[in-house]
Amino acid sequence: MSSRFKDQEHLIRMGVLLLAGIIVFFVLRGVMVPRDFGEYGHYRGGALEDNRARPAVYAGRKACEECHEEVVAARKGGRHAAVGCEACHGPLAKHASDPAAAKPGRPDAKTICLVCHLENVARPAKFPQVNPLDHGEGKACSDCHKPHQPKIS
Amino acid sequence: METALPGVQGFLYPNEIELQWSVLIVLYPFITGLVAGAFILASLERVFNVQAVKPTYRLALLTALAFLLVAPLPLQLHLGHPERSLEMYLTPHTSSAMAMFGFIYLWYLMAVLLLEIWLDYRKEIVLRAQSTPGMLGWIYKLMTLGSYNISPQSLEIDDKVGKFITVVGIPSAFLLHGYVGFIFGSIKANPWWSTPMMPIVFLFSAIVSGIAAVLLVYMLISFIQGRKTDMACLDTTARYLLYAFLIDFGLEMLDLIHRIYEADESFKTLDFMVHTQLYTSQVLLQIIFGTIVPIGLLALVQLISLSEAARKGIYVISGLLTLVGIFAMRWNVVIGGQLFSKSFLGYTTYKMEFATREGLLPTIILMLLPFAILWALVKLLPPWQDEAGHSHSS
Amino acid sequence: MTSKSDRREFLRKSSKFLLLSGAASVAYASVAEGQPEKAPNYRMHDHWWGMVIDIDLCIGCGNCVRADKAENGVPLGPKYFRTWVERYHIPPGDLQHPEKEELPVVDSENGGFDGFKEKYKKGDGSKNFFVPKLCNQCSHSPCTQVCPVGATFESPDGVVLVDREYCLGCRYCIHACPYGCRYLHPETETADKCSLCYHRIVRGLTTACCEACPTGARRLVDLKDPNDPVHEFLKMHKVHVLKPQMATGAKVYYNALDGSVR
Repeated sequence: MSSRFKDQEHLIRMGVLLLAGIIVFFVLRGVMVPRDFGEYGHYRGGALEDNRARPAVYAGRKACEECHEEVVAARKGGRHAAVGCEACHGPLAKHASDPAAAKPGRPDAKTICLVCHLENVARPAKFPQVNPLDHGEGKACSDCHKPHQPKIS
Repeated sequence: METALPGVQGFLYPNEIELQWSVLIVLYPFITGLVAGAFILASLERVFNVQAVKPTYRLALLTALAFLLVAPLPLQLHLGHPERSLEMYLTPHTSSAMAMFGFIYLWYLMAVLLLEIWLDYRKEIVLRAQSTPGMLGWIYKLMTLGSYNISPQSLEIDDKVGKFITVVGIPSAFLLHGYVGFIFGSIKANPWWSTPMMPIVFLFSAIVSGIAAVLLVYMLISFIQGRKTDMACLDTTARYLLYAFLIDFGLEMLDLIHRIYEADESFKTLDFMVHTQLYTSQVLLQIIFGTIVPIGLLALVQLISLSEAARKGIYVISGLLTLVGIFAMRWNVVIGGQLFSKSFLGYTTYKMEFATREGLLPTIILMLLPFAILWALVKLLPPWQDEAGHSHSS
Repeated sequence: MTSKSDRREFLRKSSKFLLLSGAASVAYASVAEGQPEKAPNYRMHDHWWGMVIDIDLCIGCGNCVRADKAENGVPLGPKYFRTWVERYHIPPGDLQHPEKEELPVVDSENGGFDGFKEKYKKGDGSKNFFVPKLCNQCSHSPCTQVCPVGATFESPDGVVLVDREYCLGCRYCIHACPYGCRYLHPETETADKCSLCYHRIVRGLTTACCEACPTGARRLVDLKDPNDPVHEFLKMHKVHVLKPQMATGAKVYYNALDGSVR
């Protein structure tokens, strides 16, 4: 019995070594896995918070409308009433949180209108489109169309 | 269609313009394949008692180990955050083929390969631990784990346990490389990869490349050490190479024929790719020079009797061509799978860089590294017992 | 003395907070005015986000692409997009032999960031339209399935997100996405993708792309909210998702999507 043990001793030593390796692995795992891992699923719960933490760049039209009531009134019922403010004026979260910090520029009426309204066959046929070469005689669009109420009455 | 981007033809989703997996990822299945193949060759001797390939038994094990140690390096080098790679073991995502591969790798390295080599070499390790002075002696002493018992009874137990491990090791080797195939084969978004054939094609091409590599390494080491090569061993190994090759080629052709016959929505795109960008690496390197020519050469040896020198020459040529062909196969899978758009409307190109992290230079270094390790392993644990030559081990 | 400096410190900190999350504070203000389910007491389990895209309304202006890059710090240039717009051009083909049909001609120069220059002629018998693309926020997402470490996941409110602090940068997910919606961020070296502006929607705002879309072609929808007009919309329209054969549970619904769109 003891000689059999002796002949297997090296195998037992190897077994202990492998076992020790496995134990070290589980200990390391216990220490190194982030605490919030698995909070909701197979990921770090804190990753949700990380994704939320990003500051917004676009304020959202609600924020604009809170101060600029006169524009809301001007746009009411018009063809552009549904267009978000920042679609033309650009991202303005900074301005919304501190009106003095970032002043929005006035969009250039010669180019901004064409971003949407320049003729393009891929655009839906019903969508109003123009070719500036044969429309408007080279004037700025805003000379005739008020951007907040574009229909000429 | 005109485009402002160089190397782009037709339409790709914009995020597809840059290739994600570089030549390093080509290297990874190539190296893993050599490991699995070499081990399976070694197991032949042990489990099926094929006496003729006995001289390559230990060499095949050491070759497998040398390549296995290098296998994770190309992956590591490729990661955006190598320092986080341990997460693969800490929080493995069970639905991810890649995460499970980490465990299969560890299992294969620790429980199969190291253990089998240790058991097989234990007698020599103990003897050397007692006779070798200095640093090296300490390495041997460490490897004995403090047990110097090499009584016939203990060695007999080692042999039994070793055989058991080999039996466990064969499915493990299958798993190791089959799983690499699954990593690609399970991506349903990519029609070039997504096929249940992928694991089995990878497996057989692995066996082919492993046998070819051991054949070449055996001839090379014998040549360097001025030792006479065992012709019976070479002939048998080459015969196995031919058989494995025929199965591998059959499987690959089956996949190809199936694709051509079904001709699904992706076919036009993939067919165009094979005839243009992949023509050299797929048709010429992989199929013609990497498969048909070596199969023809190896079959020739079976059909007509040739002199020893002629046979050796054929084995060297077909072995080298095989390795080139299998490397091309890995290239065509990994790179080919990224050259076309998942919209099936366009193609991009792969421009291999040289001295960058994922360039050609690190690839060459990583390809040479296993040979350096193998050289050290052969010094540390000589696969042949006596200094003079031919006698068999174990 | 101390109380004064404390006060100053508080002001400095709070103004910084306001600056950083200006929109959020406004959103909070609107919450105070009586929209209890939005913002600070946002409950993930009450929402299931998706999007509806109406091809018939898309004019290919590129506002969404520009807004997204600005909002989410997506690298400029033609290789990295969380959302992009494609232009489809389908020439008149041989209707008797559709299998020989020419493939649709698609372009998306710089992802539509600069809009689309006119390229085709009116009345040549071709069909032309724009298709905005973004992450489909799949509810059985292949990218999540393959991530080896749990660095990408489906949130309890139905958004597929990336954990930048945990991602290895192995890029397996990029290959697994059938829609090409992921890329490796060149600075963080981690996978990146549309987060459906998660930082905005939890504050009661809509996504940047929807905010900037002038025609309402894209609309953020909450599929769990019984009052969301999306339910009526889905009932009244014949909608489709991209590559339904991939069975990814895509939650971006397209109205008037042509069969040629990939």
